[in-house]
Amino acid sequence: MTTEQIVLSVEGLKKYFPIRRGLLRRVVGNVKAVDDVSFKIARGETLSLVGESGCGKTTTSRCILRAIRPTAGAIQFRTDESRNVNVADMTRTELRPLRRQMQMIFQDPYSSLNPRMTIADIIGEPLLVNGMGDLTARRLRVAELLDVVQLPLAYMNRFPHAFSGGQRQRIGIARALALNPALIVADEPVSALDVSVQAQIINLMLDLQDRLGLSYLFVAHDLSVVKHVSHRVAVMYVGRIVEVAPTAALFRSPKHPYTEALLSAVPVPDPRQRARRIVLEGEVADPARPPPGCAFHPRCRYAIERCRVEAPPLVESEDGRAVACHRAEELDLSGVVG
Amino acid sequence: MGEPILSVRDLETFFRPDEGIVRAVDGASFDLYPGRTLGIVGESGCGKSVTARSILRIVDHPGKVERGEALLRRGDGRIVDLVAIDAKSAEMRDIRGGEIGYVFQEPMSSLSSFHTIGNQVVEAIRLHRAVSAKEARDRAIELLQLVGIPRPEQRVDSYSFELSGGLRQRVMIALALAAEPRILIADEPTTALDVTTQAQILELIRKIQADRNLAVILITHDMGVIAEMADSVSVMYLGKVVESGPVDTIFHAPRHPYTQALLRSIPSVLAEPRSRLTTIAGSIPHPYARPPGCPFHPRCQNFMPGTCDRSAPPVTRLDPEHEVRCFLYEAPAEAVA
Repeated sequence: MTTEQIVLSVEGLKKYFPIRRGLLRRVVGNVKAVDDVSFKIARGETLSLVGESGCGKTTTSRCILRAIRPTAGAIQFRTDESRNVNVADMTRTELRPLRRQMQMIFQDPYSSLNPRMTIADIIGEPLLVNGMGDLTARRLRVAELLDVVQLPLAYMNRFPHAFSGGQRQRIGIARALALNPALIVADEPVSALDVSVQAQIINLMLDLQDRLGLSYLFVAHDLSVVKHVSHRVAVMYVGRIVEVAPTAALFRSPKHPYTEALLSAVPVPDPRQRARRIVLEGEVADPARPPPGCAFHPRCRYAIERCRVEAPPLVESEDGRAVACHRAEELDLSGVVG
Repeated sequence: MGEPILSVRDLETFFRPDEGIVRAVDGASFDLYPGRTLGIVGESGCGKSVTARSILRIVDHPGKVERGEALLRRGDGRIVDLVAIDAKSAEMRDIRGGEIGYVFQEPMSSLSSFHTIGNQVVEAIRLHRAVSAKEARDRAIELLQLVGIPRPEQRVDSYSFELSGGLRQRVMIALALAAEPRILIADEPTTALDVTTQAQILELIRKIQADRNLAVILITHDMGVIAEMADSVSVMYLGKVVESGPVDTIFHAPRHPYTQALLRSIPSVLAEPRSRLTTIAGSIPHPYARPPGCPFHPRCQNFMPGTCDRSAPPVTRLDPEHEVRCFLYEAPAEAVA
């Protein structure tokens, strides 16, 4: 990746939520929801952030969109005037012109659309707020966007309640596209949908990316969906990235024991491949009191003494992969083979 | 396989709100055997949960089991029709929990936050078995241990909100097993859970099933979970069982266009990265606007105008274990007879 191609570069991102106790609300500790996370996304690329609940994937995406202010770290965004700006410490006023260029697709298509607004108003609202065009111009743009997400023009004056989950998600996508963003953050965009509808939305997102050169930060827990949308995948565990790799490589030959366990836990839709799965013991560590050393060591079947005391750094290798495990070199882990 | 422990025939459960009628379950039939797992799979609104609730006779108002039978072979050998007996009768209360354990979809909202998990398990035990409070508590601890809750002697006195989602689902399973039922109905038992926790819970259900020769009905929308767990499968769409058969047949030789399309449209970890999925056109119709004839016909690739939109297809038996509800397979000889 050359610098011009990089749309987003996150460096050392941290988000701590203070735990306050007592009468004076003194800070007695921190929930380290995101703890030193770094990654890059190129133009036209999809990077997926995967992990289980509480791993910090949603907090990371909220920091990037500046829905919340990060505790530390830099979020370099390349604007459409080809300037690099650090979103992490911008004020609200400074952020405003940038909001157009980073948009979000939400998880729940039922609660994310205002029931009192027509589809035309919902999709046109970002244009209105940013003072773009008059009423006629906005209607034209809305019509264009409905066409892009393959919804009939006749839907323009209807209200959200008349639509199914899949149609609502298309409306949400149209709204996100209204201002021609460079980056779209999609947080579990298909997890609330039925399987037969999920496929339509996944295909639509792939098509739009090819046509419009969008970059996606795709936040998801479902590894099957992730395999269908991503160029690269970053696996998070208790606030940290434990492994990043190109999609095919990550699924075929994971380097981190947590990635291996995650992959082996995914049920495969073929009864002839009933897996000898790796069933992890115990539960995800509490980010308020992470274990010393590598946070995964209490559940890791390969853990050695060193893992209990020393946290492994994320080490990059030349093949575009990175892994945070002391034993990454010596372990021969199994992935999924199709 | 021997005798079925539960035999459901032509079950129909309708909801009649003021706006019209919803045929939530519209003719479901299946057999359940001890030690085996029946998977009921389908998308939202297909009637899979209402089927389970109909068997237990806990359908919410304004729903009503209208027709059909659900023959349960009880522990003492008697056969009772769950559809025919009064939902509020002592016998039905005895069957719920005592013969059929039920694991609900949401472990968060199905447990009381006002009682310790131990007291909830104790209550379930003493409802069905005449044991002393002390014995029941010991049994509760054993059960919590059985479902893999660490330090059960201490956890027995904790409240559900003190537990993680995975542990709560384990408590739900302990509750369902409290009175040693012979049938376990698990309705989306892992949908709210993370994938590694899901693997733990599925493993647990499998282990308990093997130990106790339990008959399991597993209800899910996840074809992966079905492939992993089920012996036989019923695929439902808008209240109808459209296809049923052994798990290998359903996945490797599906006949109904909906089953075929559904299997093609699911994302898989085995797929090529960034490969497009085959989609099913349109979306699931609203329950009030159910298409006439075969409910799948507006989305079906094999739609035959004049046939599929006119009348509902009958069940065709392709082989002793494989049935499909589609005009493509309707045997002409049987149609005359």
